Amino acid sequence: MNTRTTHEPILHMENIEKHFGNVIALAGVSFDVAPGECHCLLGDNGAGKSTFIKTMSGVHKPTAGSIHFQGRPMSFDSPRDAMEAGIATVYQDLAMIPLMSVARNFFMGREPTVGWGPLKRFDTETANRVTMEEMRRLGINLRGPDQAVGTLSGGERQTVAIARAVYFGAKVLILDEPTSALGVRQTANVLATIDKVRKQGVAVVFITHNVRHAMAVGDRFTVLNRGKTLGTAQRGQITPDELQDLMAGGQEMAELEGSLGGTV
Amino acid sequence: MPADSAPTGADERLKTEPFLARLMKRPELGAIAGVVLVTVFFLIVADPAMFTLAGVLNFLSPAAQLGILAIGAAMLMVGGEFDLSVGSMVAFAGLVFGACVVTFGMPLILAIPLTLAFAALCGAFNGQIVLKTGLPSFIVTLAFLFIYRGLSLVGLKWATDGSTQLRGVRDAVEGDVLAPLFSGDAFPGLFVMLAEAGLIDTFKNGMPKVQGIPVEILWFIAVALVATYILLKTAAGNWIFASGGDATAASNSGVPVRRVKLTLFMFTAACAALVAIITVLDSGSTDARRGFQKEFEAIIAAVIGGCLLTGGYGSAIGAFFGAIIFGMVLIGLTYTNIDQDWYLVFLGGMLLIAVLFNNMIRKRVTGER
Ligand SMILES: Nc1ncnc2c1ncn2[C@@H]1O[C@H](COP(=O)(O)OP(=O)(O)O)[C@@H](O)[C@H]1O
Ligand SMILES: [Mg+2]
Repeated sequence: MNTRTTHEPILHMENIEKHFGNVIALAGVSFDVAPGECHCLLGDNGAGKSTFIKTMSGVHKPTAGSIHFQGRPMSFDSPRDAMEAGIATVYQDLAMIPLMSVARNFFMGREPTVGWGPLKRFDTETANRVTMEEMRRLGINLRGPDQAVGTLSGGERQTVAIARAVYFGAKVLILDEPTSALGVRQTANVLATIDKVRKQGVAVVFITHNVRHAMAVGDRFTVLNRGKTLGTAQRGQITPDELQDLMAGGQEMAELEGSLGGTV
Repeated sequence: MPADSAPTGADERLKTEPFLARLMKRPELGAIAGVVLVTVFFLIVADPAMFTLAGVLNFLSPAAQLGILAIGAAMLMVGGEFDLSVGSMVAFAGLVFGACVVTFGMPLILAIPLTLAFAALCGAFNGQIVLKTGLPSFIVTLAFLFIYRGLSLVGLKWATDGSTQLRGVRDAVEGDVLAPLFSGDAFPGLFVMLAEAGLIDTFKNGMPKVQGIPVEILWFIAVALVATYILLKTAAGNWIFASGGDATAASNSGVPVRRVKLTLFMFTAACAALVAIITVLDSGSTDARRGFQKEFEAIIAAVIGGCLLTGGYGSAIGAFFGAIIFGMVLIGLTYTNIDQDWYLVFLGGMLLIAVLFNNMIRKRVTGER
């Protein structure tokens, strides 16, 4: 099955550089992602993956390079800017509050209201209903909308965070190592969630350093090493072993040149 | 809005949790259980006069004065901060109020808003320092516990030429139309009617023994209702829980955490000012020792009411019942042969039990083991 989409990329990053003082975290990385596609960003620790997606989501301003979003050049001043444009990031800490209910977390900072003036109140009915619906859509049956997030498993929490981002209009969803702290079954759930979200037409950027997780859902794979791309491969054009070797430092690079379309 | 989706099997899951299990997860559960326990205790050991209408109002009055402070403290604690200066704030706001009324001869319609605004400003000042420096509010407001108390002493001496009491409030507000809202008993007419109908106890001359409901009790109930409404039914309430639960996560999700906390500091100080206004009007004088150690009692009542010391969890209704427990024990002991100083032992014991209990509830809510 070839899942490479024929859509135009929604987000296109060209030759992104990011320097922190003397440290060159990114030395010219190009990357794009299309609606309905899951583009995996792989690389060892310290390769620059997090730094790269932070330039995507408005946390860092790139030192050099250009960002095009929906065909237009973009420069985000803050994560809020990027979020409003439709680029949402689910960070590892998830921005969720364990003591609060799923529904309250889901709508935190964006509460639906009913009524006017001083009687304007939190529309708990809508919040509860939407939360249950959205969670069910992603295959999670909550005990109730008032279940505390703290009682959810790690994978379910990831799903709440993803569902929330998608519900609030994410066109590009960035996931920074969502599976790294999870067990096998939880990981499977999150991967299934990524697949569902992609099928809804969201462009997913999935960061991981686990080749098997990437292979499970990825349409394209980009490997970062020391702030540079080692190339981008499409699904079906690269084996897990080749991808693993590439990540491990690129010893097999010469062999792979062909399969990576000469972009090494 | 009508539910448009067809009923599905999964919908039933919404109702499977039994009522009792849901109740067990409410933060105010401990406080309600406490009220029941204390009531049973005094029903057994105390003079039955404690639970006549007069007796009940007798312990609800001090409960109300503490409770208004406790509800402010609870809101702030849910928002993740403390204010140890509320007791001193009662004295400080009392001084400002007394000076407005006696020294400057202002009518209440000016003096009351001015006092509330002044207190809110002090609260905002507390809050700004906490937010700007990132220091724990515990330490910052501990400093203000002393600063406001000291300023009240100095200010009163200055206003009265050397005394720490400012008298003459009652004369100054004589006939003021707003006075009945903040002092004395409410609904006197109703109570006369009840007495005539023989529904409540009367003196020999036919006048009711209880002339009305002390206004602070009504304020207490009103503040509890408003605070509960805000916490549970508004977007701002969600922001308060979120700010206290995890300020960074809340902020990343678009909650205006600083504004929330600043407003809570202002609200807490305004609650202290309300207590100051009521007690000053009630006694006719203001005193630099007013509200002494009330910050601790208020925080204890809030903790009994289910507030976690770590923030993000708690209830205004819980603080309401927590304060009632205080009032019942403080006054209830006078209806028994028990030495009144047991009150302090009770206070510490209650705090300890409440903290242990809250910890258990928190684990139950978060499913933590
Ligand atoms: N704010 C920063 N200041 C200085 N150096 C940074 C900063 N953020 C990241 N780096 C450096 O950039 C490099 C890439 O880091 P990062 O993007 O976190 O890697 P990855 O997510 O792939 O593990 C590392 O060497 C890291 O030390
Ligand atoms: Mg990283």
